[in-house]
Amino acid sequence: MAEAHPVGFQWVVEAKRRGAKVFHVDPRFTRTSALADTYLPIRAGTDIALLGGVVNYILSNGLDFREYVLAYTNAATIVTEEFADTEDGDGLFSGFDPDTAAYDQRSWQYEGHEGAAGEDTARARETAAGLRHESHGMPVPGRTLRDETLRHPRCVYQILKRHFARYTPEMVERVCGVPREKFLELARAWTENSGRERTGVLIYSVGWTQHSVGVQYIRTGAIIQLLLGNMGRPGGGVLALRGHASIQGSTDIPTLFNLLPGYLPMPHHADHPTFDDWVESIRRPDQKGFWGNARAYAASLLKAYWGDAATPDNDFCYGYLPRMTGDHGTYQQVLNMIDGKVRGYFLLGQNPAVGSAHGRAQRLGMANLDWLVVRDLFLIESATFWRNGPEVATGEIVPAECRTEVFFLPAASHVEKEGTFTQTQRLLQWREKAVDPPGDARSELWFFYHLGRRLREKLASSGRPRDRALLDLTWDYPTHGPHAEPSAEAVLREINGYEVAGGRPLSAFTEARDDGTTAIGCWIYTGVYADGVNQAARRRSRHEQDWVAAEWGWAWPANRRILYNRASADPDGRPWSERKKYVWWDAEAGEWTGYDVPDFERTKPPSYRPPAGASGPQALAGDDAFIMQGDGKGWLYAPSGVVDGPLPTHYEPAESPVRNPLYRQQANPTRKVYAHPVNSVNPSPPQEHSEVFPYVFTVSRLTEHHTAGGMSRTVPPLAELQPEMFVEVSPQLAAERGLAHLGWAHLISGRAVIEAKVLVTDRLTPLRVDGRVIHQVWLPYHFGFEGLVTGDSANDLFGITLDPNVLIQESKVGTCDVRPGRRPTGPALWDLVEDYRRRAGIVAGRPGPVLTPGVRPAGGGGDGRAGAS
Amino acid sequence: MLPDPNSLYGPLDPAPEAGWTSAPPRMGFFTDTSVCIGCKACEVACKEWNDVPGSGLDLLGMSYDNTGALTANSWRHVAFVEQPVPAAGGGPGHTEFLGMPGSQPPGRTGGADGRTDFRWLMMSDVCKHCTHAACLDVCPTGSLFRTEFGTVVVQEDICNGCGYCVSACPYGVIDRRADDGRAWKCTLCYDRIGAGMTPACAQACPTESIQYGPVQELRERAAARVAALHERGVTEARLYGHDPTDGVGGDGAFFLLLDEPEVYGLPPDPVVTTRDLPRMWRRAGLAALAMAAAAVAAFVGRPS
Repeated sequence: MAEAHPVGFQWVVEAKRRGAKVFHVDPRFTRTSALADTYLPIRAGTDIALLGGVVNYILSNGLDFREYVLAYTNAATIVTEEFADTEDGDGLFSGFDPDTAAYDQRSWQYEGHEGAAGEDTARARETAAGLRHESHGMPVPGRTLRDETLRHPRCVYQILKRHFARYTPEMVERVCGVPREKFLELARAWTENSGRERTGVLIYSVGWTQHSVGVQYIRTGAIIQLLLGNMGRPGGGVLALRGHASIQGSTDIPTLFNLLPGYLPMPHHADHPTFDDWVESIRRPDQKGFWGNARAYAASLLKAYWGDAATPDNDFCYGYLPRMTGDHGTYQQVLNMIDGKVRGYFLLGQNPAVGSAHGRAQRLGMANLDWLVVRDLFLIESATFWRNGPEVATGEIVPAECRTEVFFLPAASHVEKEGTFTQTQRLLQWREKAVDPPGDARSELWFFYHLGRRLREKLASSGRPRDRALLDLTWDYPTHGPHAEPSAEAVLREINGYEVAGGRPLSAFTEARDDGTTAIGCWIYTGVYADGVNQAARRRSRHEQDWVAAEWGWAWPANRRILYNRASADPDGRPWSERKKYVWWDAEAGEWTGYDVPDFERTKPPSYRPPAGASGPQALAGDDAFIMQGDGKGWLYAPSGVVDGPLPTHYEPAESPVRNPLYRQQANPTRKVYAHPVNSVNPSPPQEHSEVFPYVFTVSRLTEHHTAGGMSRTVPPLAELQPEMFVEVSPQLAAERGLAHLGWAHLISGRAVIEAKVLVTDRLTPLRVDGRVIHQVWLPYHFGFEGLVTGDSANDLFGITLDPNVLIQESKVGTCDVRPGRRPTGPALWDLVEDYRRRAGIVAGRPGPVLTPGVRPAGGGGDGRAGAS
Repeated sequence: MLPDPNSLYGPLDPAPEAGWTSAPPRMGFFTDTSVCIGCKACEVACKEWNDVPGSGLDLLGMSYDNTGALTANSWRHVAFVEQPVPAAGGGPGHTEFLGMPGSQPPGRTGGADGRTDFRWLMMSDVCKHCTHAACLDVCPTGSLFRTEFGTVVVQEDICNGCGYCVSACPYGVIDRRADDGRAWKCTLCYDRIGAGMTPACAQACPTESIQYGPVQELRERAAARVAALHERGVTEARLYGHDPTDGVGGDGAFFLLLDEPEVYGLPPDPVVTTRDLPRMWRRAGLAALAMAAAAVAAFVGRPS
């Protein structure tokens, strides 16, 4: 965190000043470790084993916050007897279909709801369906069978206990290389600092997400935080640190293929032929919670898009919305480019030639387009790969013959335009423009507004139906200045939403209507422009308000700073403790009150119980704190929505030198693998030849550089701070491989060979894992061939293997070989890679089997026809 | 004790001593290295604000330090020290840990099993703005001067590049630029503090490792911080440059360190290099007088 988020780290330092104990878990000793009280080196890709160890520590010692767990989680809910756990077999849950390498989730459901189909997980994987659950759980029935004593063998609590029973301190040491004493120190500190009087926070970043089991990493963390009562309470939570200033914003109002604003799913052509089908797939008639109003959010969004053209009679122009037909994720797109299926590509503030996994595939794909538009501050690698890229040296791209026409358009930086950033707390903060952008540089807003305007002008006389979607768009933002810059505030007002008649800005998403009388660009942001005031621009000093600082910026939803804060009070609505008082029930006034905006219906008493047959918000009981979940509970166990299992399970990374010590199944059986000739996976045990790539490598950031380097390797005072590509190795590995400090080394994977200067340092340490020594090396991923300082790109080493839930790539761990000296150049470079591929038995386009040979499906329904037992 | 009238040694308030009447309180830096995260924001903010040129694109291999030293083109310098922490109690096979950074390449510790604890020290170094600034004392042009804030600043339009200040600095801070020959160093952002602003480095520091304020107040804050760290068992915390009775009369920019100053590349006991000037001049004067007397005596004693 100190390394990649130094500004945010100031609060960790502040907490440390006040006596907090800081633990840091990382494969390499970083700037964060330097400030931590305890540093735990870990083998990359084994965090579920570590966190699972903490879950086991909590459950086997009875350290969960029992009242919280009973009231606010699904611990007491009983699961169908058809469910079979990974522990019952070789590491697969029930319902696995070897043909599709996906689960049928019917056998994971709650008791009494076995008929619930869950979702088609093979399709869910294609469309990264996990993303749309960022703000809400999967639709599940509201009413469940419970055992409040937690003794029922099939209640979630007991299932959880059995599932993690083997994640002992000894197993943690064996899998992760973390000494058991250090592990116990962590587990003790975490549990001792949670409960009524204390809370603990968990902070993660892409070191957790960029794995083939990335979503389950976060799930494990969330399970711990729920068991310890650390959710919805001050000082608690699971915080995702985002990689750039407004990544949270670009998920809320997404730049993703499968989402629309406010986490409404992008319709799928087969599943959602009509508006009603689409809306009913988001809400479910008998589920609890605020997604019950999805129809109003959806109708208001379409009304914002298509204005007067959108009416209840034409389903608000639902027919205009694009439809998904399968996997349109960034990696599938790149493979499609290589195959000649894509003609044009916009790159906005992104540098995949350096920043994405398998850089060679990225560059070969972009070299096979009709046109490519790159908007960036500097001439980045993704704009010049066709003449300066490594494939030019190897002869794979010939500049004179490269068919892609590249348009480079200079972009305005964040200080040269106004708008909002949304950060990890969901806080929107308005930015003023400080200076005019230089030369032809323009804002993204300017670019898209005028691109749309010109396209509409060109199509104005078109009579073709397919052009109606563009021509009927509301595209009337006021502009100002010599370049006709659109008003960012006008856009914010539209995002906030307004009454169609009269234009009054809405104050809350509860005002959304499904009859076409409201238009809302992003329903979760409603309120940011309440009363016609830019609430995101508020900057009242923290010294002039209480510690929650509700008048600094604006947080979605409803300016609520902590989500699910009903859980900060006990089931009867009283604060868990005076020290951790946050939101509570004021019986005299008959309403919820507190320091924050209560995340609950204001006047619904804690004693409220829904009438039979209720649904939506009405069905939420007075102690259902997790108001967006279909059953009102925090999920220790996910009966659906997570396509690789209802519980996290340790699988080895797709490339690992270690045999999975916990299960016969080696890696995530549902991971997304692309059998494309450009892609390959290095062999892992029990496959043969895994010794050809004996070392684990991981990549991350240096404080001195920003992501793919486009904003730092180009800036003199930053470039000089880390002027060369390097690889960090332990003294032991240096001795083993004959590497000299500040000398050259080259690293080889099945995809590429790159070279780097060697830094021999004690900050990398060999780990003893399962009786053998595992060496890990670390690389910064900032370098490329453009800019003031250049070097080979670490991401070139990676292949493409994705998490099945959200299609994020496994780019935090892979295997490689390390050799002293510089890499070969020209054709000899590929001779070296080919030699390794031959020795490792890698065949182009044929990744190893997803299912480890010999693994038997688990329990009932393992034949892919679950629910038949 | 009143300082020597020549004010070359001992405690004093430098701005009034330099002739400023109704000077504001002396301003300075307290750099608390125990919370430094080595982000180098101070280096970058300094370069941006003061328009300091680049200092070279060299990978130095000194941990994450690619700046190397305080120079004419680097007015803040973050040092990185990788060192093993002595194992508690030592025991057989353990050599005495003397607190010095290891020679390159590292590799002092054992394998996967025998690894000792390890730590990584970071420290943002800067001009000390000494109470007794030898650079200023030796400057023949008056380019170096004492500001009303008690800081020491080079006026680049007066500096003639003689370089006397370079050899006079007991910390090796001040340096000449190769291209123009003039001397450059930290000004404690004289232009900013004169306008009531915080110096760029302190403003940019995310963890308040670099604190700016009246020196007297900073000294009190530093003493409290050391006490707090000692209470928490960080007994190796100590202050450096805070003492008005030290060899330079105390620094305007002083530090909290977690190891001996030598570990960070700082002189353990700096003394203003002009301290002995009065005595030297007295001796030289005496010698001259003696010589003159001898000469006179030679003539006086001469038989006529």
